Amino acid sequence: MKLTEKEIEIVELLEKNARLPIDTMAKMVSLSVSEVEDIIKKLEEAKVIVQYATIVDWRKVDGHEGVTAMIDVKVTPKRGVGFDEVAERIYRFPEVKSVYLMSGAYDLSVVIEGRSMSEIAHFVSEKLSTLDSVISTTTHFILKKYKHDGTVFEQGDQDRRIVVAP
Amino acid sequence: MQKTKTYISDTVSRLKPSGIRRFFDLAASMEGVISLGVGEPDFITPWSVREACILSLEQGYTSYTANAGLWELRKEISDYVARRFHVLYDPADEIIVTVGASQALDVSLRAIVNPSDEVIVVEPSFVSYAPLVSLAGGVPIPIQTSGKHQFKLQPEQIEQVVTPKTKALIICSPNNPTGAVLNAKELMQIAHIVEKHDLLVISDEIYAELCYDEQYTSFPAIDRMRERTILINGFSKGFAMTGWRLGFIAAPRDFATAMLKIHQYTMMCAPTMAQYAAIEALQNGAADVEQMKKSYRQRRNFFVQSLNEIGLSCHMPGGAFYAFPSIQSTGMTSEQFAERLLLEEKVAVVPGHVFGGSGEGYIRCSYASSLEQLQEAIRRMKRFLERL
Ligand SMILES: Cc1ncc(COP(=O)(O)O)c(C=O)c1O
Repeated sequence: MKLTEKEIEIVELLEKNARLPIDTMAKMVSLSVSEVEDIIKKLEEAKVIVQYATIVDWRKVDGHEGVTAMIDVKVTPKRGVGFDEVAERIYRFPEVKSVYLMSGAYDLSVVIEGRSMSEIAHFVSEKLSTLDSVISTTTHFILKKYKHDGTVFEQGDQDRRIVVAP
Repeated sequence: MQKTKTYISDTVSRLKPSGIRRFFDLAASMEGVISLGVGEPDFITPWSVREACILSLEQGYTSYTANAGLWELRKEISDYVARRFHVLYDPADEIIVTVGASQALDVSLRAIVNPSDEVIVVEPSFVSYAPLVSLAGGVPIPIQTSGKHQFKLQPEQIEQVVTPKTKALIICSPNNPTGAVLNAKELMQIAHIVEKHDLLVISDEIYAELCYDEQYTSFPAIDRMRERTILINGFSKGFAMTGWRLGFIAAPRDFATAMLKIHQYTMMCAPTMAQYAAIEALQNGAADVEQMKKSYRQRRNFFVQSLNEIGLSCHMPGGAFYAFPSIQSTGMTSEQFAERLLLEEKVAVVPGHVFGGSGEGYIRCSYASSLEQLQEAIRRMKRFLERL
């Protein structure tokens, strides 16, 4: 789908801040509010905009610390469907946050979020490793998130400039 | 023994302190101020540029460079000016790397001004121009542009002030504080008069990278103007490198030779690490500049339209990152307006009169601040105006 420059600008603005008020956005790109609304509707319908996500630093919320693991999975592809079938069997689990087909030492990269390490260990040993096509798994726990989807956690964003300058 | 003489030179004694200073002192003493008073980007210098500086330090490049600047940087500047602005300068003897555009201005004026020579300054203007003319021994002659013409210099205004003593004209496009941009046609009309009166032009193009609506035209790119122009540019604004103190001059050989003499006796050379950083900025910085420019343009559109909506009429500035709305509808002077806005709503703006007489009735608001800050500033200004 070919987008105009203004449409791309709107997508970029929303990607940075999905809650940007429409009237503010309209001013920023010099369009009317209804024009911007139409563009957003069109992009949503065409699935260019897939979802509006919120990035949360759960470590800050008591009782919600959670654990994230990235699991390298080696699989045997199946004739006719290649990796797609096993990928689908994996991504249907609600614990699974993302699944990517990778080049290199393993085939699928699976991101899992759970309440504790043991919950993830349980998922890997009971659900993932037992799938027919899965040959091996290597689990990496994430110790600390510095940056996620382009957003830096704990950014020092104070303005260091003096208040009035030439 | 008591000191009896007047020790400070007459020229310096006569200089007024910058009006910006007073506002700085006032705003700096307060907490929770949203500052639209800042003449610099809110971006931090692109990482690759900072990285290049760190690498140069790790490699131990900490000595003086050639007076005119690193040869490699001068070549990059020459390429950059050719590529972006379509003017050719020989890196061997037509380019000087300076300590900011500020020093470039100083050196330019000192190189050309004889005592009592007149230099035309187009107001509202950057606060340094007139004082630098005076410090060079010259006489600054103001031209007052008006909101009626979006603060663009009207060529016939030059005719009205030109005398046999007029040596040069300083132009700044995009302008600080008005954001006004002079397009090719307007520059050509100015060039015509410049030629007719045999004037020099100091063209301060420090905001050239931040021109939003039109193709940018550099003054020396106008027919026959290269030979009578001293081009000043730098890294502060477009590349978000204000603290690095790095600028440059490009000028025909005889001017550059004269300016290099002053530069070599007063500065030796620009900071070495900043010069290495600047090479990286010119080689690989274009995408960062483009990103920053896009963000300024969006914020400009938002801010200027919002100013008009809350009743501060403002022309759409073509470049730089300043909006220059009129506050005449409030009946206050720009100083009164700025002071009350600061004290009552904690929004810092700069009163227009500090940029020269024709700035009275206006305030300078920098929109190089986060969108959230701009939204909040607009809310506060609206509340302020409704209360008046
Ligand atoms: C029009 C103009 N010229 C020159 C300068 C000085 O720039 P530099 O930081 O390169 O000395 C400024 C800075 O505000 C400016 O606005």
